[in-house]
Amino acid sequence: MKQISLDELTTTAVQLRRDILNIITEAGSGHPGGSLSAVELLTALYCKELRHDPAAPGWPDRDRFILSKAHACPVLYVTLAHCGYFPREELWTFRKINSRLQGHAHTMTPGVEMSGGSLGQGLSFGVGASIAARLDGRDSRVFVMLGDGECDEGQVWEAAMAASHYRLDNLVAIVDRNGIQNDRFTSEVVDLEPFADKWRSFGWHTVQANGHDIPSVINALDEAVSVKGRPAVIIADTVKGKGVSFMENNPDFHGKAPTREQLELALAELAD
Amino acid sequence: MTTASTRETFGRTLLELGRENPDIVVLGGDLNKSTVINLFAEEFPDRFFDTGPAEQNMMSIAAGLASSGKTVFASTFAVFGSGRPYDQIRIGISQARLNVKIVVTHAGITTGEDGMSAHGIEDLSLMCALPSFTVIVPADGPETAQAVRKAAATPGPFYVRLSRPATPIVHEGDFDFTIGRAEALRQGGDATIIACGTMVSTALTAAQTLDAEGIDCRVLNMSTLQPIDAEAIAAAARETGAIVTAEEHLRHGGLSSIVAQTLAESCPAPMQMVTLTGYAESGAPNLLIEKYGLAPANVADAVRTVVERKAQLSANGRAGA
Repeated sequence: MKQISLDELTTTAVQLRRDILNIITEAGSGHPGGSLSAVELLTALYCKELRHDPAAPGWPDRDRFILSKAHACPVLYVTLAHCGYFPREELWTFRKINSRLQGHAHTMTPGVEMSGGSLGQGLSFGVGASIAARLDGRDSRVFVMLGDGECDEGQVWEAAMAASHYRLDNLVAIVDRNGIQNDRFTSEVVDLEPFADKWRSFGWHTVQANGHDIPSVINALDEAVSVKGRPAVIIADTVKGKGVSFMENNPDFHGKAPTREQLELALAELAD
Repeated sequence: MTTASTRETFGRTLLELGRENPDIVVLGGDLNKSTVINLFAEEFPDRFFDTGPAEQNMMSIAAGLASSGKTVFASTFAVFGSGRPYDQIRIGISQARLNVKIVVTHAGITTGEDGMSAHGIEDLSLMCALPSFTVIVPADGPETAQAVRKAAATPGPFYVRLSRPATPIVHEGDFDFTIGRAEALRQGGDATIIACGTMVSTALTAAQTLDAEGIDCRVLNMSTLQPIDAEAIAAAARETGAIVTAEEHLRHGGLSSIVAQTLAESCPAPMQMVTLTGYAESGAPNLLIEKYGLAPANVADAVRTVVERKAQLSANGRAGA
């Protein structure tokens, strides 16, 4: 695990939030809410937890991070650019023609492990990647980020059963539990609770975390990767639109870009 | 003609491939005796994973394995390996161009008594709509063995479509299956029957009947539907002037559609299609073939019709000139 100060991680998180808002506004469309809710989770993963090499995205022994909620690709793109997977200027091509940064994550982007865009598929993909690591005798770990609304998809639970059946202890699921899906609050669409009990009953070790508190996220990752004989899930309590007052807990900003005026207000709240 | 089961040939070929290549991983969906991948499972339990009847999960797991360098075979029935997990195949395998070989058995109405839900008759349309997929419908056991080997050796997504019953062997002796190349099993100048899968032997039987009537048919085994051998189709139209297609599939989106598209852009010619036009029902395969119009007599009738149309066109052309 890399040595990096909490101050540095916190500063990085602010910068990533600014980048997310800038590139979505520049694109004129995209998904800010669920990108902002996952900033600390990706910061902790990419800057501290993951064994990866931005100069060699295909390194076989790397850890895999799989963004199953592929609409939140802005948070992944800004993090990958921060790590050096591609030039930072390229972020401003997001969603534009001839760009490698597609509207939903696709493997054409250096560092993106899975092509997504239809919910529910990433955990199964992670099961496949975990099995491959085991077959090859690699100690790679596989982290899959799911949205909470995404857990309405039945395939998530097919994958949860399979991971448990195969005792995939190199697999960690992370649920960005921001409580809001496309239209409304998850509790209003299809209530997921008791959510942790569901995972436990499927044979998973469950860890709760405050998804915006970096030490809490790091502790949760430490616990999850140390579990033996079964997969682990981190249920990270987060706030949709975190960091921007008028976006926080506001379903309107699931899939809508800020206006230029809203961007200025938001960036003022996220001053360095 | 002697017969062989294409799915048994597949199961044996996959076992051989497993012995040759340690990077081959196989996924099944609780139909492993029927798809005959149980042979692989018994010898290589560490490289075999049964997802149960959870085909969405199966296809996305296949994508994850392939993204880490595995050559993945995912095998189930045609209906469960195409329509059921289509979204997972489309985004996870096709759009990412991963090295997954979907080999399905029990395609078409010859699946028989299980009825319309089990009759995969839309699958070719679905799979040929995916641009990165190579789609192969072998005509018999020997071609199945070669096609499965070529699929394993060629990077990228494949869909290979096999049947439930044993089917006549049309390849006696040596031959070379080449992806994307049609094979002339019979030469002829009056019309061409372009067929795939179980309908290839049907086409050959029809051609024999027609021969006795003085109609000389070419028979093309179009085992690769995607990428299509456009040159062989255009040449058949130029040289014989009349085309009949024959497939155990609905009219939309399968072999007939692809041949018609190809001819429209190259060498339009009179064409008749021997296909299904709707859902079938439970029943013995041979009786379904007769009732739903896929018998040799139906193919022969289509050839007579198209040859007549060709003659009329020719007469009209002379009258106009």
